[in-house]
Amino acid sequence: MIEVKGIDSFYGKAQILSDLSFSIGAGEVVSILGRNGAGKTTTMKSIMQLVRPRNGSVTFNGTEVVGLPPYKVAKMGLGYVPEERRIFTDLTILENMEVGRQPARKGVPEWTIDLLFELFPNLSERRNNRGKALSGGEQQMLTIARTMMGNPTCLLLDEPSEGIAPVIVEQMAETIMQIKKQQLTVVLSEQNLHFARLVADRAIIIESGQKRFDGTFAELDAQPDIQEKYLSV
Amino acid sequence: MNHILEVRNLSKSFHGLRAVHEVNFDVSEGELLALIGPNGAGKSTCFNMLMGQLKPTAGEVYFQGENLVGKYPRDIWRKGIGRTFQITATYSSMTVVENVQMALMSFHRRIYSMLPYAHKMYKKEALTFLEMVGLASQAERHCAILAYGDLKRLELAIALCHNPTLLLMDEPTAGMAPTERESVMQLTADIVREKNISVLFTEHDMDVVFGHAHRILVLNRGELIANGSVDDIRNNPVVQEVYLGGGNLFESDKAAS
Amino acid sequence: MELFFAQLLTGLANAATLFLVASGLSLIFGVTRIVNFAHGSFYMLGAFIGYSLMQVLPGMFGFWLSVLLAGLAVGVIGVIVEILVLRPVYKAPELFQLVATFGVILVIQDVALYLWGADDVLGPRAPGLKGIVRIMGEPVPKYDLALIAITPFFLFGLWYLISKTRIGILVRAATQDREMVGALGVNQAWLFTGVFFLGATLAGLGGAIQLPKGGADLLMDFNILAAIFVVVVIGGMGSLPGAYVAAALISILNVFGVTFLPQSTLVLMFVVMAVVLMIKPYGLFGREEVAGEHGQVGEPERPIKPAGLKVRLLVAAGLLLLALLPVFGSDFSQVLTSDVIIFCLFAASLHFILGLGGLVSFGHAAFFGGGAYVAALLVSHVDAPMEIAFLLAPIGAGFAAFIIGWLCMRLTGVYFAMLTLAFAQLIWSLVYQWGEFTGGDDGLVDIWPSAWLNGTTPYYYFTLVFGIGGILLLRHAAHSPFGYALRASRDSSRQAEATGINTKRIQWAAFTFAGSLAGLSGALFVFSKGSVFPTELEIARSFDALIVIFLGGVKTLSGAVVGGASLEYAKDFLTRFEYWRLTLGLIIIFVVIVAPEGISGTLRKVAERFGIIRQREGES
Repeated sequence: MIEVKGIDSFYGKAQILSDLSFSIGAGEVVSILGRNGAGKTTTMKSIMQLVRPRNGSVTFNGTEVVGLPPYKVAKMGLGYVPEERRIFTDLTILENMEVGRQPARKGVPEWTIDLLFELFPNLSERRNNRGKALSGGEQQMLTIARTMMGNPTCLLLDEPSEGIAPVIVEQMAETIMQIKKQQLTVVLSEQNLHFARLVADRAIIIESGQKRFDGTFAELDAQPDIQEKYLSV
Repeated sequence: MNHILEVRNLSKSFHGLRAVHEVNFDVSEGELLALIGPNGAGKSTCFNMLMGQLKPTAGEVYFQGENLVGKYPRDIWRKGIGRTFQITATYSSMTVVENVQMALMSFHRRIYSMLPYAHKMYKKEALTFLEMVGLASQAERHCAILAYGDLKRLELAIALCHNPTLLLMDEPTAGMAPTERESVMQLTADIVREKNISVLFTEHDMDVVFGHAHRILVLNRGELIANGSVDDIRNNPVVQEVYLGGGNLFESDKAAS
Repeated sequence: MELFFAQLLTGLANAATLFLVASGLSLIFGVTRIVNFAHGSFYMLGAFIGYSLMQVLPGMFGFWLSVLLAGLAVGVIGVIVEILVLRPVYKAPELFQLVATFGVILVIQDVALYLWGADDVLGPRAPGLKGIVRIMGEPVPKYDLALIAITPFFLFGLWYLISKTRIGILVRAATQDREMVGALGVNQAWLFTGVFFLGATLAGLGGAIQLPKGGADLLMDFNILAAIFVVVVIGGMGSLPGAYVAAALISILNVFGVTFLPQSTLVLMFVVMAVVLMIKPYGLFGREEVAGEHGQVGEPERPIKPAGLKVRLLVAAGLLLLALLPVFGSDFSQVLTSDVIIFCLFAASLHFILGLGGLVSFGHAAFFGGGAYVAALLVSHVDAPMEIAFLLAPIGAGFAAFIIGWLCMRLTGVYFAMLTLAFAQLIWSLVYQWGEFTGGDDGLVDIWPSAWLNGTTPYYYFTLVFGIGGILLLRHAAHSPFGYALRASRDSSRQAEATGINTKRIQWAAFTFAGSLAGLSGALFVFSKGSVFPTELEIARSFDALIVIFLGGVKTLSGAVVGGASLEYAKDFLTRFEYWRLTLGLIIIFVVIVAPEGISGTLRKVAERFGIIRQREGES
């Protein structure tokens, strides 16, 4: 579904990704793991074209996306949930979700506001509250709900467990499991191995912008040296 | 050993949220001290308070016995503290050597002078600093076209200009390739040893921290939870526990040790 | 009490137009971050188009239909401007785009001149609303009451559009985080165009709806510009309720000002703005702006070096040529060249703070006109000898810059620019309205140089020495530690502050220095013309300098001089034709789109490509 081939991405002068390649199959849930600063967020942004890779190619369902404006990528069915949440704090929950709304897509069940409120009951209670009144966990749920309103066929989740309380992290895991049941492809960047293990089928480890591991969690467990080297403190 | 920097009960709240809470530590002369912790633990807040960018809610910072709280960054710099930035901050419209000359002009209090040509001032001195960080051959290049790693070196040269006794380095190797990380950190370690400068640095790359720090402080949710040698920290169960909750994993480390 | 109430009603009626126009400007800025100087022109077009439509559409229905159609027509013009002029320069910082919108002003001025002629047009009275109503004995025009009644509907309509519709939600989201809106599948480009349509439509409506009160003329674009900027800044950039409150506040204060303190009317709104900004730096309902990089387009500025031998020889040859001008040139050529030199010094002084310091001032004319007035006042009132007056002019202007700089330094970016504008207008209106001291509109005349400088040629040499001297002084200052510290503060205030540089103080000193050199050019000006009028303090004067800097090239030291000389000579040539503004406007738009580096910067690039000057390694 997503095919990343040899991309180099820069942030200003700093090269963040070098010659990174991987592929994601339809219906897969893949976790991109790595330490802070390893390049996880840049990888997500490079798929979404919020960062334009200088070299290499990214295809989505066979279509080249490098060079497209992000809104076109979003319209193709890629849903992006940013790490910093970036909800519109002056807008209410309902309005935030409205921004993300896109027409239904063939082959994917349509997400409505009611369905999403079922998934995130906390949001339902506060639907007319402004974004700035929400807690960190609620904001994180709202970013996911907002993106789901676009009926994506593939969801890019950038560090969904970052900076939120463990209880909420568990809820989040459950939610992702539910989304997964809807045949969605999910790419999830994480530092939290436990969380990743809970929801993902496969792990890709990056460090210094390069891929260091690509395989199932069972394979990862068989290589403690890799974990030690790229994931531990 | 003498304590060059003493941090006492340093605290900072943002709108009632405790970002840093009663942090205490010292930096000894000639020491390379690392400050680590998960994202959002308060490292940057701590750093900004030490440099005067943020005013602490409570607590004191003594540098050679003098309280720095309430002073401007520029005044703290004059006391003999240099700093480098997590995201590089250089003068992109100048040449490499002019970047260093600028700091020297400031150090010699000549920035209001309108008569001499600035590009001739303190050039020799500036070149020796560039020599030190290995940038002499690029002295006349336009700063804006420097590679990222070289910008970090340039920042180091600028920070050394006023013969500081303490360097504060915010993620000195962020954004660099692994091989370059090691060489820049080694360079820093060599320079500070030779000049007897103390260093306090934050860092995410644990190879760098374990490879070069003399001592490590661990910050979590704004509180200092550990303070010890590299081995102490590696094997500290509290640190491991905290990181488990905070987003990183430690089991592999347990397995390894 | 009766009068008081009637005044209040007049004020509220006047607020209608101001609110419509200002809310459009505010919307455009909120979403696109463009300071649209052409907004006054949209307003003027609305008035003229409305007028023409009312000639053919009769009756009450025709009147209101004309207003509506005028608004929509201006909206379409706004879309054309957005697509043709602004889209190509969206990536540039906001202050660069305002130069493009300035070009649009000039083009629209001449188009209006061509279509509607130079005479003022008296607006038709609104059918059915022609008379007056007595309220508590005071006469109030019916149309005023209609405006007061209509405005809440506009406010409500806009409020509904912005807060209840999907478009409004997207607009508000984009105001906060454009990139994220794009990442959620919204095409920002069309959102921008839509907002531009809406903003221009509102300006057009404002222009058409005020026809029965004010008619239409070719000066109304600039006349409303200052007022709507004040409204938007007081209300807070991007805030609709803010625009309404500020429009009402300004209009009502203005009406009362006319009645009770007629000398103060022009000053009043700028005093209010200055007070509001000093208490609430981002306006009543605005929120903090993150300071952006200004004047930095595309690649970063290059290192500077004092001129090499070749260039020095070239400059020396040029100076020699200028010195010999009286030998072979006419009197006229000497006067023209004096004007050019004076203007170049003025522009170069602004370039010092704008180009090197990154401080964009919209009010630099305060110091040019200020210097001229200091000298003229000394000569008129205390009979000071020309030499003394000439010496005190830059000192006086420098002092004004010292005070204004101190008051403005807290702000950054557009707000800094606006506050400088406010203070410049404050000085302008003081001079304009304090007739017994400053001569008011009639200016101060008979300000001639001493006997030894009498005649065209002696004064030409005097201008040459002090004008070129001033420019060279600015140039040298750029190469001195002071100039370097100023650039350092602009490039990275983080690093500068962390290495002992008090950036605000350096900028303040530079502002003062630039102000005094602008004062020097003003002094040269007043003695060359023998008189000075309030026009030398006007916004248009400030913009002249701003425009030539961008045209010449912000990032080159010679930019101001090259741009200033080009523009002055071009104006001298173009003004012989009837539609010179159109040509100039198109040239400005062309330069902004095709050569964002300015004349100087682009020439340098061309020269480098063909190997005429050596290219620095690694740059392209």
